[in-house]
Amino acid sequence: MLDMALWISLALFAASVLLTLFRAVIGPSLPDRILALDTMYINSIGLIILFGIWLNSKIYFEAALLIAMLGFISTVAVCKYLLRGDIIE
Amino acid sequence: MIGFYTFMEGVIAFFLIAGGVFAFIGALGMTRLKDFYMRLHGPTKTSTLGVGCVLIASACYFSLVGGGFSVQELLITIFLFITAPVSAHLLAKSALHQKLPHDQRTQGHPEELDEEEENPEPSERAEITPPP
Repeated sequence: MLDMALWISLALFAASVLLTLFRAVIGPSLPDRILALDTMYINSIGLIILFGIWLNSKIYFEAALLIAMLGFISTVAVCKYLLRGDIIE
Repeated sequence: MIGFYTFMEGVIAFFLIAGGVFAFIGALGMTRLKDFYMRLHGPTKTSTLGVGCVLIASACYFSLVGGGFSVQELLITIFLFITAPVSAHLLAKSALHQKLPHDQRTQGHPEELDEEEENPEPSERAEITPPP
């Protein structure tokens, strides 16, 4: 039962990564693309955790935490650049 | 009478599928909705409910398999729950700053999107006489 649920969840997360990639490619404005990349890193955190459950190892949680921190900082930096024209004033 | 491990396996499977469905709903909303202010609703579902359910399932699984309670999932959950509103707020601020067009059905009229001039002319300000 757990294998089946794991496969279904992996398929749904992969489909959502593809949909956000579609929005990042066709997005008409710049905040749309930033929002799509933001959602994409959150989905990739879910994918990495599912992969860690599948391989039965806890090493991948550090990678997920690293992706969470770097993704948040990059989103804030690009939004700050859009708002102010400069990142560190 | 089902055993404890079978019951916990069912709970973990339920949380996994719920997380996947919520993430897919968020991504679908971000693809299908009309303008940016509606599209901002999608990733909140993905980040809080989708990844939250997957992290609960992962915590249950590794607590059952490894024997001890695992803390890393709680760390990722707290970090995501703190940072998701901040990034959404910054994205909304940048969208208002760029004056993105919005759909007819989008409710709310923030004053940043209004078209009229805010600053009065300097000649009008010069006409005000100072008090004696």
